[in-house]
Amino acid sequence: MDATPRSVTRGAAAAPRRWERYSRGQRMTRLGLRIAIALAIVWSARGMGVRWDWIADSPAQLADLFGRLLPPDWSFARMLVAPLLQTINIATLGTVGAIVLALPVAFLAARNTTLNRATYLFGRLLIVVSRSVDSLIWALIFIIIVGPGSLAGALAVAVRSLGFVSKLFAEAIEEIDRGPVEAVTATGAGRYHVLLFGIVPQIRPAFAGVCIFRWDINVRESTVLGIVGAGGIGFVLNEAILGLEWARVGMILLVILGVVVLSELGSAWLRQRLT
Amino acid sequence: MFAYGWVGPALWAALGAFLVWNAVNLEVDAARIQRGLARAGTVFARAFPPDFQRWPLLLEGIVESIQMATLSTALGAVLGVPVAIMAARNVAPRPVYVLGRGVVTLGRTFHEIIVAIILVKAVGFGPLAGMLTLTVNSFGFFSKLLAEQIEQIDRGQVEAVRATGAGRGGVLLFGVLPQVLPRVVGLTVYQWDIHLRQSTIIGIVGAGGIGTTLYNSFSRYDYDFTLAILLVIIAIVCVGEWVSAWTRRRVQ
Repeated sequence: MDATPRSVTRGAAAAPRRWERYSRGQRMTRLGLRIAIALAIVWSARGMGVRWDWIADSPAQLADLFGRLLPPDWSFARMLVAPLLQTINIATLGTVGAIVLALPVAFLAARNTTLNRATYLFGRLLIVVSRSVDSLIWALIFIIIVGPGSLAGALAVAVRSLGFVSKLFAEAIEEIDRGPVEAVTATGAGRYHVLLFGIVPQIRPAFAGVCIFRWDINVRESTVLGIVGAGGIGFVLNEAILGLEWARVGMILLVILGVVVLSELGSAWLRQRLT
Repeated sequence: MFAYGWVGPALWAALGAFLVWNAVNLEVDAARIQRGLARAGTVFARAFPPDFQRWPLLLEGIVESIQMATLSTALGAVLGVPVAIMAARNVAPRPVYVLGRGVVTLGRTFHEIIVAIILVKAVGFGPLAGMLTLTVNSFGFFSKLLAEQIEQIDRGQVEAVRATGAGRGGVLLFGVLPQVLPRVVGLTVYQWDIHLRQSTIIGIVGAGGIGTTLYNSFSRYDYDFTLAILLVIIAIVCVGEWVSAWTRRRVQ
């Protein structure tokens, strides 16, 4: 952006014409923006409350930590099978729950299928609230309501994914071809049949891709929900950290790494096949 | 689709069985639902109206979150560009590429909470740990997408610069970087938006920001303050998303 090609002609005889990429106003705006960004960074750095003695100590702390994490406690792996399955359960049930909830929300939040302006705004509001609040915060809320455990985790994942899934569904619905919809309407079909036979078949490919993509994200998020008490492998992780059993923590981190990589490979493979 | 006709139905059947088994494992029964609904009623009654009286505390947390997000984005862009170059197949030599890919994979596999736990141990409680956590996250998102962008650049310009006798550094600086610079700006703003979201939770494990305030309000059952914090988080995240979308439209 800074490579400003300026052709400046300052010949003695030639007319003193000056070509510049940006006008004076644009240059001022750009300069102002840069100063503002620099100031924001300086202001942010001052807010970090850096304790230099802690930083000086950090290499030693990290070395100490990794010295304890490694080698991982391999024998602990047996104990991780059940929590790991629970994590995958949370991710899967949460994704299914999100899809079920997202279908009606998506139709409300798509401009071409919503009933009126109020329902459209309501759909959009649900999406914004769901997307802005992280799954860990949703987990904290659901733990208060249903108690600690994987149910709270699955509900958190479902509510968190609702916005993401609905938003992408709604975009897919807004991009559909009017033709089939009009054709189905012309047969005298009601609103429900138009949805089912005119719109749903058109969004099916996008639908599958979105669901698998979100499942992959949810597996990653579910690995930590247990830290606040919402079940799965994060719960064991938190216990191991609180008990200062670092070799176990190392093993858990290794398992999480494996699961996340596997789910990513698996979902990429499935998406390639289905969409 | 699938090469064999039975693969699709088999997948659906497996998914169905898995879900049923899943749902059974959740141990949900009528009594639990009833208790849950009753408790939900109490929580919502306590949460309304949201309590903004402790706004200085709220403001402090939000400001810290914004500072963490801003500084980590800047640092992530400065450190993330070299990592992206390392992780781009077409410009990096093979061993460097493997190393770069490794950094990217590590940055995106572990959830920011886990990275935060480790960094809190390294540099102590507070926003600095959170800022570093988000910087690590930059390698997984910013560097990854930028690397993909670099892999798609036009070879012609690179060859033209090389033909002038430029070394590796010159080729990168004048052949590669100018082609991806608009993308760098767009990704940086996008990354800031994501960091702003993440900065609202890593406080749960002591890494600073509004997450700490939020978690404390939960543990003290101050649900009206919790709701106030949540409303502010939603507002901030929306503003961040809007700013980033607007900037990306302008740049690209």
